[in-house]
Amino acid sequence: MVTKESILSWLEEVCDPEIPVLSLADLGVLRGVEYLNNEWLITITPTYSGCPAMKTMEDDILLKLKDHGVQAKVQLVLSPAWTTDWLSESGRKKLKEFGIAPPEAEVDKSVLFAAPTVVPCPRCNSLETKMVSQFGSTACKAHYQCLICSEPFDYFKCLK
Amino acid sequence: MKNEALYNYVLRLGDDSLILGQRLGEWCGHGPILEEDIAMTNISLDLIGQAMSLLDYAGELEGQGKDHDALAFLRFENEYRNALLLEQPNGDFANTMMRQFLFDAFRKPLYEKLLESTDKQIAAIAEKSLKETKYHLKHTSEWIIRLGDGTEESHQRAQTALDHLWRYTNELFFETTEDVSLIASGVVPSMNDIKAQWSKTVLSVLEEATLVIPSNNWQFEGGRRGVHSEHLGFLLADLQYMQRAYPNMKW
Ligand SMILES: [Zn+2]
Repeated sequence: MVTKESILSWLEEVCDPEIPVLSLADLGVLRGVEYLNNEWLITITPTYSGCPAMKTMEDDILLKLKDHGVQAKVQLVLSPAWTTDWLSESGRKKLKEFGIAPPEAEVDKSVLFAAPTVVPCPRCNSLETKMVSQFGSTACKAHYQCLICSEPFDYFKCLK
Repeated sequence: MKNEALYNYVLRLGDDSLILGQRLGEWCGHGPILEEDIAMTNISLDLIGQAMSLLDYAGELEGQGKDHDALAFLRFENEYRNALLLEQPNGDFANTMMRQFLFDAFRKPLYEKLLESTDKQIAAIAEKSLKETKYHLKHTSEWIIRLGDGTEESHQRAQTALDHLWRYTNELFFETTEDVSLIASGVVPSMNDIKAQWSKTVLSVLEEATLVIPSNNWQFEGGRRGVHSEHLGFLLADLQYMQRAYPNMKW
């Protein structure tokens, strides 16, 4: 029999197409799995409104479940809005190993004139890094550089 | 239509996001530096994403089975309800940043108020979009200050942009008589509140940027009722090309 637990364990293999080390559960994008009206309903939420990976994630979920003979539907919800707080502990660890600095606990408090967040280098752990741009390779990342080892790196920016 | 006032309101929000998103996207591959090229296209992507949510909801309110694509690609010019400010050509980098700043300073307080909307879907879209808009406003405010309080040339370009775009700002706060019922039922905020907050942000940033608001306060309007500048037609020709050439195509 198919249970919620088995669905969750299969979905553990469905990853963010742009950060392939993170499962959708790690990322906090997977919001719910329930059995409703004779089919499984999988709920996901976008990281950013325009995230172009949402459609791929939806297809990957359906494909994975189909491999196990499960018919499912995917629904997208906007509220409650995704926050980097939903990134799992293991997700944060995997990000760092992948070379992306995980989000710091604090979001840039003031919208105006705030100093950029201090982000440790994922390579050498130095705190002496600088923000190159608030907007990095994807909507969810900012672009940083380490001043000690010179490594340019992505920072998974805090969104709350 | 059951709720025409709300449909029109959501359409205005969606069209603002769509048209500005399209304009910003024109910078793709042309940014002054790589980081700014990426930043502008990131902001564009956020706006297009917000437009998708908003236009989907507008289509739902209209009740004729239209999704965001149908509304984005298959209307005529006079059916778009975006403010004139957002369809103005990019011009130089200072002009693009100024246009974006004047808009972000308007969108942020608007989304903050829409969070409390009695309409659940509007509140959900606002909740999602506000987080993104805060990053946009931070980015553009910093650029306005850097440009205005920068070199002689950057100051002059930023001031020229402000002189040029100021005349389009009043239209952002447009309200129709049918909005009154939406305000009364707590669906949308009064624009008076939004304008007060907008002015506060704009004045403080412009002051820091040593830029001066033009003394001539003559204002254009028209976009909110479908009367656009000559620029929108060219923009739409680009935006709608694929859907017109290959009807019903999907990515
Ligand atoms: Zn380093």
